[in-house]
Amino acid sequence: MRVILERSNLLKSLNHVHRVVERRNTIPILSNVLLHADGASLEMKATDLDLEVNEATAANVEQAGATTVPAHLLYDIVRKLPDGAEVMLKTDEDGNAMSVISGRSSFRLQCLPQSDFPELSAGQFTHNFRLESAAVKTLIEKTQFAISTEETRYYLNGIFLHTLEVGGKLKLRSVATDGHRLARAEMDAPAGSEGMPGIIIPRKTVSELQKLVDDPDVPVTTELSDTKIRFTIGSVVLTSKLIDGTFPDYQRVIPTGNDKQLIIDRESFARAVDRVSTISSERGRAVKLSISDGQVTLAVNNPDSGSATEEIAADYSSDPIEIGFNAKYLLDVAAQLSGSEAKFMLADAGSPTLIHDTADEHALYVLMPMRV
Amino acid sequence: MFAAMPTPVNDPSHGFCRDCLTFQRGAGLRCSACGSPRLARHPELYSLHIAHIDCDAFYAAVEKRDNPELKDKPVIIGGGKRGVVSTACYIARIHGVRSAMPMFKALEACPEAVVIKPDMEKYVRVGREVRAMMQALTPLVEPLSIDEAFLDLSGTERLHGRPPALVLARFSQAVEKEIGITVSAGLAYCKFLAKIASDFRKPRGFSIIGQAEAVGFLAEQPVTMIWGVGKAFAATLEQDGIRMISQLQHMERGELMRRYGTMGDRLYRLARGQDDRRVVPDHDAKSVSAETTFDTDLASAADLVPVLRALSEKVSARLKKAGIAGRTVVLKLKTHDFKLRTRNRQLTDPTRLADRIFQTGLQLLEKETDGTKYRLLGIGVSDLSDAQRADPPDLVDLQARKRAMAEGAIDALRDKFGKKAVETGYTFGKGRNAHPPEDMER
Repeated sequence: MRVILERSNLLKSLNHVHRVVERRNTIPILSNVLLHADGASLEMKATDLDLEVNEATAANVEQAGATTVPAHLLYDIVRKLPDGAEVMLKTDEDGNAMSVISGRSSFRLQCLPQSDFPELSAGQFTHNFRLESAAVKTLIEKTQFAISTEETRYYLNGIFLHTLEVGGKLKLRSVATDGHRLARAEMDAPAGSEGMPGIIIPRKTVSELQKLVDDPDVPVTTELSDTKIRFTIGSVVLTSKLIDGTFPDYQRVIPTGNDKQLIIDRESFARAVDRVSTISSERGRAVKLSISDGQVTLAVNNPDSGSATEEIAADYSSDPIEIGFNAKYLLDVAAQLSGSEAKFMLADAGSPTLIHDTADEHALYVLMPMRV
Repeated sequence: MFAAMPTPVNDPSHGFCRDCLTFQRGAGLRCSACGSPRLARHPELYSLHIAHIDCDAFYAAVEKRDNPELKDKPVIIGGGKRGVVSTACYIARIHGVRSAMPMFKALEACPEAVVIKPDMEKYVRVGREVRAMMQALTPLVEPLSIDEAFLDLSGTERLHGRPPALVLARFSQAVEKEIGITVSAGLAYCKFLAKIASDFRKPRGFSIIGQAEAVGFLAEQPVTMIWGVGKAFAATLEQDGIRMISQLQHMERGELMRRYGTMGDRLYRLARGQDDRRVVPDHDAKSVSAETTFDTDLASAADLVPVLRALSEKVSARLKKAGIAGRTVVLKLKTHDFKLRTRNRQLTDPTRLADRIFQTGLQLLEKETDGTKYRLLGIGVSDLSDAQRADPPDLVDLQARKRAMAEGAIDALRDKFGKKAVETGYTFGKGRNAHPPEDMER
């Protein structure tokens, strides 16, 4: 293999691809990126066996061929080459090493044969649809923070993407929960998504996808079956296994009878929560909200260091209520709200509370209160 | 009797009798009042105040106390055929039995030994009685285990009307009289030397290491005497030609730190008898766990799971009793060839439920049941916190609350009717393995 291309093109593609490679690997080939030069392009591919990203970029191919080299190493080399440089990648005749030559710099990297590189066979996709990258961003970002990290509940370690009919219209929904909070985003279902299976997209795939959809002009083509999903964003193709599990019936936990309505300025609420929670360094300490006519008092009590309270004005006229929440969860939700006001629907101190985004009727959050 | 005593002074020829507590003047080998040879004499006798107290062959001593027939017999406390020796009484030790020795070896060395399964609850109870007596002497009691502790007796002289050395001697007598077991005490100016001292003339020992003699005394000791120097580190030192503490005493601090990092600093200071660690009363537990060594090696899930369940319930019971919960579940396995495997998993919230600990442990265990034969299984939780935030209600797992309530009901029944009043199918009728003897627990 012998190929010459611009550093910037190589860097951009490697940047997309190399992140998939785990820093620590017990299987050597998984540390490598597959390079495949053919026609007028160089294709790069990396995988962790659950997720695969590949991208092709324009290149001057003098001799077609393929090999694999350590992904992070190649990325670091290319990153440190000067701007505007041209890079030549050239394998030895025996194929055991590859040279990276640019200007007066020259590197030799050990190769592993491309035939050892695992293929994530995608199989047949049953559904396929297109979404604007902004839509993908919304589906991810509104819900990502609520994904569970608890391995024991592997079926919560991702975003549940599914369609369902709401008021006679088919909607595409993303939902994530860790048992303490739940986040739901929704939009009109795109053509082609009808009848798709409900799928759980793993956390790592979600976060890679999020990094790939930063260009608002490039639409995202989604193909899926009940075991795999593939996103094509311009020249990048991300293929991933799906979580093999059943997402719980989340609709049952979204309360419908909460009748105490609290409307509060999002910004000042978030700042106040942040301020009072300073008193407890311990993760997961509760903030107590004492809600009464036109006012919310936030209080944090830390037996080891002291206490804090803050009052903020609010729109509330139901019976007074005291309820506690994990400070971090409140801040996470507040950070997702796009409107200037947050609307809380409360029942009592022990029942799930609903939070609406006043500017986005499709987003919805549920928080489980804490004992205070 | 004590009130009339003159204020004791540090004088090499002064001291007291550990049996009748009479002051001694002169250099006689026996007490001038009762004739006992157990005299305490030391130039710094009345100026030292850090003590280490260690019960002698604790588990065995408790058993002998409760069954006088055992008094003159070699007694070994340990589990099953396959277990290890937890404690050997001093008679068994004469035959070469040591703690942590595999039971079959111990019985080879001392075939006539009486082997008793440990009754941890009893030992804990007696250990608490001893500790309560220590706490009557000073609030600064730092337990190291069920049967040993450091005591800082500084500033208690007026309260007790006598210096720490006498307080300690009287304490040893009182434990013998009131509880019926013996202890050994070490008295020094720092924890490091107090601990060494208590180990010096066991059983019923009373040893003193003063400031003046510390360096000379340490010079003659092997490096393994230093707290923190285990087998591996001793081997490293040995490679560098260091075997005795005297060698460390001739080395520079910088040199030691270059070679051994922060441990080098510790070697430097401890070798010179410098130890400024304070006696800290409550060392919070870092983890709660239970483990058992099997009679025969086990490999299959069918054999291991009931044990895991029983141990999880035990850990849970302790957490509930102590009002604490843990966030990280730790599974411990020892293979037939003594290799240790520990696996852990962090939960999103602390738990104290047997079911949660068990289910998490089960997932970890599944990956390890690959045909390997195990001799030991343990489960525990670490990352402890108070129970307030343990097992919060869950949005998704609607059964969680029911399971927690069921477990509460089981606990209540067990409290009332005994441990086996309610059992899960995991352990019911599974025999000895599912109801492991309580050996080697920590």
